[in-house]
Amino acid sequence: MAAYAIRRLLLIIPTFLLISLLVFLSARFIPGDVIDMMLAQMNTSGTAADMTRTNLEKALGLDAPVYVQYFRWLGVAPQKNGEYQGVFEGNFGKSLWKNEDVSKLIVERLPISIELGILAIITAILVAFPIGIYSAIRQDTSGDYIGRSLAILFISVPSFWIATLIFVYPPIWWGWSPPIQYISIAKNFGGNLLQFIIPGFITGMVMGGTLMRMLRTMMLETLRQDYIRTAWAKGLKERAVIFRHALKNALLPVVTIIGGMISMVIAGEIIMEQIFALPGVGILTFQALGQRDYPLIQGITMLLALVVLLSNVVVDLVYAWIDPRVQYR
Amino acid sequence: MNKNTQNISPSATTEGFPIERAEEKRHSTFVDLATRLVKEKPLGLVGGIIVLGLFLIGIFANFIAPYGYNDMVLSDRLSPPSATHLLGTDNMGRDMLSRIIYGARISMIVGLAGAAISAVVGFLVGGVSGYFGGKFDMIFQRFVDAIMCFPSLILYLAIMAIIGQGLVPVILVLGITTGFMASRTIRSAVLGIKQNMYIQAAEATGTKTLNILLRHILPNIMPVIIVGFTLTVGSMILSEAMLSFLGYGIPPPMPTWGNMLQGSARRFMLQAPWMALWPGVALALAVYGINMFGDALRDLWDPRLRGGLGRYGKVKIKKR
Repeated sequence: MAAYAIRRLLLIIPTFLLISLLVFLSARFIPGDVIDMMLAQMNTSGTAADMTRTNLEKALGLDAPVYVQYFRWLGVAPQKNGEYQGVFEGNFGKSLWKNEDVSKLIVERLPISIELGILAIITAILVAFPIGIYSAIRQDTSGDYIGRSLAILFISVPSFWIATLIFVYPPIWWGWSPPIQYISIAKNFGGNLLQFIIPGFITGMVMGGTLMRMLRTMMLETLRQDYIRTAWAKGLKERAVIFRHALKNALLPVVTIIGGMISMVIAGEIIMEQIFALPGVGILTFQALGQRDYPLIQGITMLLALVVLLSNVVVDLVYAWIDPRVQYR
Repeated sequence: MNKNTQNISPSATTEGFPIERAEEKRHSTFVDLATRLVKEKPLGLVGGIIVLGLFLIGIFANFIAPYGYNDMVLSDRLSPPSATHLLGTDNMGRDMLSRIIYGARISMIVGLAGAAISAVVGFLVGGVSGYFGGKFDMIFQRFVDAIMCFPSLILYLAIMAIIGQGLVPVILVLGITTGFMASRTIRSAVLGIKQNMYIQAAEATGTKTLNILLRHILPNIMPVIIVGFTLTVGSMILSEAMLSFLGYGIPPPMPTWGNMLQGSARRFMLQAPWMALWPGVALALAVYGINMFGDALRDLWDPRLRGGLGRYGKVKIKKR
């Protein structure tokens, strides 16, 4: 098991390097030079009128050849001051616009996205499990049809539309509108929760639809296994057959899906954060893309990639650990 | 063996019984599928009808739409649904119904073209990677890994930021990235097919690799590809709407269901709630229909869920 885990962790390295190269290069290809945008802003605000293009490029370290910038960013080539500060040293550089450490900016926003993500995952599980299990044990009954139609409905209805409608009809009908000013959890716990629960619920419904379909398919397959027949034959109660024998075995791929949702938790929900004005990682990414903030885009995507790669390994290990049939190879 | 004989050329009828039987079965596959869809999957049928309807609306948008998609009548700004404007007008006095009908055209183009590109890319990457295996597979799969690392919306936004907005970029970006993601499923299907005797036979007789891929492997993974295609159409339409909603997709004045919900719909939504309502209804209906249809297709095609065992399970529980 240890050898397997180590091998899996080592396999992350080439993928991670590949991603770093892709991320670095693609961020450079975004049209609309960041220097032009900064100069334009400086001209309008009147600050640093003597700032020329070359000066600014030098100050931001954008004057070096692209490959030098890449190695500097990765931390295998020295920065201008001769020190090695890069991704490998845990330093993602500074935001071009905000003059703050990329990691600090991300860490500040992370709790908001995590709160939203956790609420969404809880909703997804609460939606998926009852409907999924019921649909599977009553296959092809009207209950199953309703459950499946609901699940497909959750997947099909665009979340950004529902979120928009929540700002349209409640104000018209009841004169109530969701808060659009971010409420800190430390200041007002109830208000904060109320603010997060609607976007969390909407996101959770979408995820719940996917999860429910997976669970139903897995339950259907499991319910046709011989050991389920054995369980029935030895006279177990329906509840025991379904929960202890079938569900437990059907759960494994579902765990993988829930594991996959972790990336969403870290990445934040761009659309929900945008509509409900929650300053999470999603908004940060969206702004960074709009402002061509290379270090910030690279930092977020690298962090995201690392978390996803690691969580994939963890999910596989957990998988192998709970299911004795899975072999480490 | 019976299954494999299906794929030997039909001219070899001088052989024993299995070939004739297999041929007979093969002939009726699609008719069989259609009858089963009608008989067993009422919801799938409804989905299919919705899809067909939207497809026709998209094609004949110029004839169906009562007004042009960009005809502005400023005196009719923000007028509520009425006999002249069935779904009302927007803040520029454009007829909502006409814009939604033209939006169906964009959605259908994006959905079908995107899913087609995705299927081709998926087969090229997954099929080639699975068939050749080895180092080639190893390298290709690392690329797929790298792409799958990111939530799709972030990936789309990042690429759209690089190559710019427009109909063709949206189709290409959605199609190619989804193709890479779909290649995993296709690859595993190919790995299964590769083990078959007839592939070895084809290799032994010196059939060209391209022919093996196109004439022996492709027909056998067609169900996987078609089901994937159907479900991808839905996700394409949703993704395009999201991108357009965020302002990175297809720019105005071309109406798409996504960009109709953006900007002015949000600014005027309290005065004109219909501006925010109808494009979303169209979007939800379209994606719902496609997903229902795709789901039914998959159910009919998935051998693991076929047969009487399901009914057996159900009866058993009911009897208790």
